Formats: sequence, C-alpha cells, structure tokens
Amino acid sequence: MLLDGLWLTVRVSLISIAIGMIIGLFMCLMKMSKNVVLRAIAGVYIWIIRGTPMLVQALMVFFGLPQLIQLTINPAFRMDAFTAGIITLSLNAGAYLAEIYRGGIMAVPKGQTEAARSLGLSKTKTMIKVVLPQAIKFSIPSLVNQFIITVKDTSILSVIGMAEVVNKAKTYVGSTYVYFATYAVVALMYLVVISVLMIVSNYIEKKLKYEARKGKRHRDEH
Amino acid sequence: MKRGRGSGIVTNINKENKKVVVTNLHKYFDKNEVLTGIDATIYEGEVVCVIGPSGSGKSTFLRCLNKLEDATSGEIVIDGFDITDKKVNINKVRENIGMVFQQFNLFQNMTVIKNIMMAPVSLKKMTKEQAHQKAMELLQRVGLADKADAYPGELSGGQQQRVAIARALAMSPDIMLFDEPTSALDPEMVGEVLDVMKELAAEGMTMIVVTHEMGFAREVSDRVLFMADGVICEEGTPEEVFGNPQNERTRDFLRKVL
Repeated sequence: MLLDGLWLTVRVSLISIAIGMIIGLFMCLMKMSKNVVLRAIAGVYIWIIRGTPMLVQALMVFFGLPQLIQLTINPAFRMDAFTAGIITLSLNAGAYLAEIYRGGIMAVPKGQTEAARSLGLSKTKTMIKVVLPQAIKFSIPSLVNQFIITVKDTSILSVIGMAEVVNKAKTYVGSTYVYFATYAVVALMYLVVISVLMIVSNYIEKKLKYEARKGKRHRDEH
Repeated sequence: MKRGRGSGIVTNINKENKKVVVTNLHKYFDKNEVLTGIDATIYEGEVVCVIGPSGSGKSTFLRCLNKLEDATSGEIVIDGFDITDKKVNINKVRENIGMVFQQFNLFQNMTVIKNIMMAPVSLKKMTKEQAHQKAMELLQRVGLADKADAYPGELSGGQQQRVAIARALAMSPDIMLFDEPTSALDPEMVGEVLDVMKELAAEGMTMIVVTHEMGFAREVSDRVLFMADGVICEEGTPEEVFGNPQNERTRDFLRKVL
C-alpha cells in the first residue's frame, strides 16, 4: 500500500520537475528580456510563489481556483487532486528554477555572448548554442537541490487528498496505530528516492566537468 | 594601388572601395563621453593599427564598428550599410566582419573544431561537411590541426587566440577587427599570434587592429591612427607617425612606450 503511494510520489515529482524546468526557463528568459511587460509578469509570478507557503498555494489551486471558475465560467468545473498537485508543484518549482537559471546565465562570461554575436548569430541562437549549455552546467548543483526540495514537497500535497506516500501512511496508522515503524518506512522511502536522484546527478555533473578537469591537467603539464 | 609597407611587404589597397566610413562618431557611457567625434575611412585591403594610451577609447571605437557598442550619435557605414540605422540587419553585416578579442572568448562548451564550425553551420552558410573541411584548412593554416578535438581549456593562450582567428575567418569575412589580440598573452606567445596576423595582412585582408605592439604597428600597418581622449589626434603611415610625429600627445605617448 505504501509502495503505491511511493510510486505516485515519484511520478508527481518527475512530472512536476519536467514542467517546472520548462516554466522556469521561460520565466527566466522573460525576467531577463528587454520587454517591460514580460519582465513584470515574470517578476510578479516569482514574487508571489516565493512569497507564499506552498501549503497555501496547494489549497488555493485545489479548493480556491475551482470555486472561482465554478462561480464565473463553468459551474461544472472539477479538478482532481493529482492535477492540482502537479499544477502547484510545477508552478512552485518553476519560480525557484527561474532564479537558478538566471544565476547560471549571469555566470556565463559576457565575452561568450559577444563572440557569438560578432559572428552574426542572433540573440536567440546565441542563447541556445552558447549561453544556455554553459549556464545549465553552472546551475547543476542548485538544480539538484531544487529537485530534492520538489520531491520532498510532494508530502505537502497530502493535505489536498493526493494519495501519495505520506497520505497513505496517515490512513494506515489511523487504523493500526503503528506510528514509529510506518513513518520510519516513509522516511526511508524518501531517503532512497533522493539518494538515487543524487547519484544520477553526480554522474551527470562528473561527465560535464570532464573537459574542464582534463583542461586543467594539461595546463599543469606545461 | 601598390605600395610598400614598413617591412617592404607589398600590398593592394583599393582606394575605390571604402570598407568602413565613420563620420562624427560620439559615444557616451552614461554621462561620460568616451568618443568625442571620430572621422575615419578605411579602404579595402588596408591594414590600420589604432594606438594610444589606455582609456583613449580605442577599443570602444573598434567595438562600435560591429555594434557591440551602440554609437550615441554619428554614422558608421560598413560595406555601404549604415549600421547606426535600426532598419539594417546587423546580424547580416556582422557575418562579414570577423572579430578577435583580447580574452579570446572561445566557446568553452565546444571543442576547437566545433568552435570554428558553429557559426557557418548554424547560419546555413555551409553544410556540416563543408564547414568541417574549411575548419580543418583553417586549423592547418594557424598550425593547430592536431588540436581539432581539444577543448579551449586544454590550449595555451597563444593557441586559443589562433583558434579564435580561425573561427572568425570561417565566416569568410572581408573585414577583420582585432581588439588588443596579444595583450592577454604570455610574452613568448605573442609572436605566434602576430605571425598569423601578418600572413593575413599579406593576403590582402582589410584589418583594423587595436594594439600595444608598436613593432607590429610599425612593420605591418599601412596606416596608424593615434587616439587620445576619444579622438584621433594624428594619423599617417608608420614612417610618419613613428618617425616624425606632429602632435604633442603622440610624441609624449611614443616617448613613453618606445
């Protein structure tokens, strides 16, 4: 039974991280754009998400938003906990990821952009070919950190009735009163999932850093 | 029109074809005026060195020529296109102007060969195969064919700068801008970069070089521009400027550096 919950936790985390990464990228580019309107939209979005607890966001998306839509647009509107959970989690991750990307982009030396532009590449092409690949590399440690937070934040979704692992555990202890063992298993499950995530990301980081290290070794030989 | 350079290299300057025409160029950074009215014409095949003390606006002047810096006022016409006109597609103009930077600025996320191939392929000037072939030819020319698969971080400064020159040449530009290309190099690597530039000059490339290498300016350039306080104070052949400077500021500068 807990394993069902764990599977849901993993699925919701992965989907939300994927959507959040895309939202984050767009929000980051909007926040860095010259257009005042785009910059304002991204700024307000990041401000609201970072400035309110995720618990409140989840309640708002699951209970508040459907009610608003029922009253205004479509009285038959329904939203299930799974959808609401993914919306909340990806919006939340998106805001933090936007700032992480922005940090990564700002860490790419200006000369890289100038060199690409001087060759005739447009701003967009320069971003895609030169800046973003390097920015993502710089951001990996912070990205991994955010992924871990997102996995753990799925537990908050138990309040909107999403049957993830904490929710399942609560139901289980409600009838059996086996508190310590049950929650210990839940904690262990998170630990395993997050350890796998860390191992995978360490591997990726090592692969990407390979060139830099190789470069250093060569220079040392000179 | 054939004419001898300082070293006796014979070059072709085509006075019929003005590659760069700058008229009354002003540039402000905030309220600080760094270029205070520059007029210059550079002809096809000409090698022009820009010298002068730090802070005189040499690099800013150069960076205005491919719009890495926006001119505050004035006109810059490159190959007939006024790049201060917002309607002109600057990316198209830049395809014909190669630039070499003081800090090399090779793309750190790509191997040497990818650095050179990226722009021609991405701008659909060449197929991958053509670009690869051209890149190998260029690497051969700058003496680094064996480094094709290395990353920039594995190369010495001099090697990186030679790759940067090859990368700029891959787009087959007809003007090359050099922004203090040897200033960030260890002394023993300056020569290898200057040699590549000399070869390029001998082949008739139009070159504008901001430099502190007075030897290079004297030997290779057709014309030397001396800048101070955001204006061109003096210009002439290397013989004129180095041998018999007219302006007090030029004399003062040359006394200090020579």
